Amino acid sequence: MLRDGRYLCKFAKRGKCGFGLWTFVYVGFHDRVMPHDHSDHDHPHSLLPSDPALRVKALETILTQKGLIDPAALDEIIDTYENKIGPKNGAHVVARAWSDPEFKAALLEDADPVLAELGYYGRQGEHMVVVENTEAVHNMVVCTLCSCYPWPLLGIPPGWYKSDAYRSRAVREPRKVLADFGVTLPEEQAVRVWDSTAEVRYLVLPQRPEGTEGMDEAALMALVTRDSMIGCGVAVSP
Amino acid sequence: MTRVHDMGGRFGDGAVVPETEDVIFHADWHPRALAITLACGSLGLWNIDVSRHARECLSPKDYTRFSYYEKWMAALADLLVDTGAVSREELAQGAARGTSNLADKRLAAAAVAGVLAKGGPATRPSNVAALFVAGDTVRIRSIPENMQVPGGHTRLPAYAAGAEGTIVRQHGTHVLPDSNAHRLGEAPEPLYAVALRAQDIWAHPEHPEDEVILDLWQSYLIAL
Repeated sequence: MLRDGRYLCKFAKRGKCGFGLWTFVYVGFHDRVMPHDHSDHDHPHSLLPSDPALRVKALETILTQKGLIDPAALDEIIDTYENKIGPKNGAHVVARAWSDPEFKAALLEDADPVLAELGYYGRQGEHMVVVENTEAVHNMVVCTLCSCYPWPLLGIPPGWYKSDAYRSRAVREPRKVLADFGVTLPEEQAVRVWDSTAEVRYLVLPQRPEGTEGMDEAALMALVTRDSMIGCGVAVSP
Repeated sequence: MTRVHDMGGRFGDGAVVPETEDVIFHADWHPRALAITLACGSLGLWNIDVSRHARECLSPKDYTRFSYYEKWMAALADLLVDTGAVSREELAQGAARGTSNLADKRLAAAAVAGVLAKGGPATRPSNVAALFVAGDTVRIRSIPENMQVPGGHTRLPAYAAGAEGTIVRQHGTHVLPDSNAHRLGEAPEPLYAVALRAQDIWAHPEHPEDEVILDLWQSYLIAL
């Protein structure tokens, strides 16, 4: 490792083309080009206290002392996701889509400009796609590789969304997962599971419950649950 | 072979346990862990793909036993040391040795709302021409590995490798994580939503019409 904390890495590629053997050598300075796999006790993180609460405290202390983080900024971030950004945003979008056919058509066609106009843009919601549940198709969203989730519309993902059980099972047995939520789909309804493997984030537009004719946007919003917008629930019947 | 995080389709996990919407964090230190990670991201020392790869590079033993935010904290500590922002000695002693020369990049409380609202789009102009349109049939690469860097980052889950699918949507051109996670450039290329039939990837599909749809980069796909 170099003194300034960077690694000097070299790697070579070799192959054959029409003119014979070629060699391409790449030399460069990178913070990290190749994965450096260690046994678990060699990772720097193992130097921190083993109790998670103390581990976080230690990191916060070191980073604050070094001038790399401002505890007041941390409070601000926490306040944002505890109090300002949550599933109410998504419910607003769904209720509007149920009430306004033109809004819904635009939302399903190209969600980003429509959501930006409502102020629902930001980190982890830069590229949104809204998928509509119908009598023929029920949509569900998962991230099997990590925990990708549309933060500006739904807030921080619930614990179950980040759990191994959901990540492993949702793609293979969505109906059994839905059963864990007490949801049973009609036999004729197919399931489409969206695995969020890129920076595109998905929001499910649940089916509008029967008996909601004439309800205004605010009343409809109350029927839209967070789980129904992930596809692990259905909207509440009034 | 892939890494421990690639668990789609795995057997052996138990029930999914629903939660009410008022539960946002499960311990007092969870919001702190989230906020420290986001604040450190603003230092500009890594991109989102580098940070994902850092979590995936936890040893399988640690990845499995750590709770969600423990993974975040462990990967953050590793990244801070890898980038030279914090030393091993400082981690071990729980105290800083002087102020960082990156302190001018510190995320200020007043800047938080703006930074979170601004986001970080992954679309970029690209000179890689799109080869597919919606409706095309493609085959997914059969090796779910980073083709450039051994053991490197990729967003191709093992369960989808080698399967035949149909393009359902073109997302434009996006940063390629397989390159960006290793600081080899953003290498933007076309990204597609690709639908796989459940019966083509699982031995016991629940329903003949079920599908799994993934977002996959053009270099993960082969024309049929």
